[in-house]
Amino acid sequence: MLFYSFFKSLVGKDVVVELKNDLSCHTGKRRVDMDSCCRIAICGTLHSVDQYLNIKLTDISVTDPEKYPHMLSVKNCFIRGSVVRYVQLPADEVDTQLLQDAARKEALQQKQ
Amino acid sequence: MNYMPGTASLIEDIDKKHLVLLRDGRTLIGFLRSIDQFANLVLHQTVERIHVGKKYGDIPRGIFVVRGENVVLLGEIDLEKESDTPLQQVSIEEILEEQRVEQQTRLEAEKLKVQALKDRDDEATAFS
Repeated sequence: MLFYSFFKSLVGKDVVVELKNDLSCHTGKRRVDMDSCCRIAICGTLHSVDQYLNIKLTDISVTDPEKYPHMLSVKNCFIRGSVVRYVQLPADEVDTQLLQDAARKEALQQKQ
Repeated sequence: MNYMPGTASLIEDIDKKHLVLLRDGRTLIGFLRSIDQFANLVLHQTVERIHVGKKYGDIPRGIFVVRGENVVLLGEIDLEKESDTPLQQVSIEEILEEQRVEQQTRLEAEKLKVQALKDRDDEATAFS
């Protein structure tokens, strides 16, 4: 629940979501070719998040590689939490002290 | 009206045209009709869109039930933006042919890469 609350505090901020290197890209005996894999980074404004850390972004733009012409007519998107590798955040928006304290509290709670 | 404010719900996206990116690299476009907590989707009037370079082709697929674990992302298609893409739509046969050619060139490039790596390895072991 910690990161759900953490992301809720970041709603409205600009983030970059980097997706996982697709595990089953171009299925078959062919080895995965890194250049053409479905690895995308999407920049956008955080609209909402849920308990599974599914993310909804608005006003998106696909950062490189722009090999994703499909996304040209898409302004808002829903990203399944299970495919997110990283969420890049602006450093000034994150209070690391607060986060550390919250994490410690959560760890104590979990122990009990 | 959001039933749970702050949550990433797909409820508001129902009955809108969406682009679904799947884990196997496929792109489906259709009207979102049904959802559940696993992001399982029911798409209506679905079309599978294949992109090769600046061209694309649509294959009509009817009704799709997509298991949530295969979904990468779901994007709402802005109907105005859709009409002014720089991409060119071609027939199904043409896009499938283009796709086949692209896979071919990729396979060959991969083969050359593997061969080059093997050669380098042979050279290295030759000195040991």
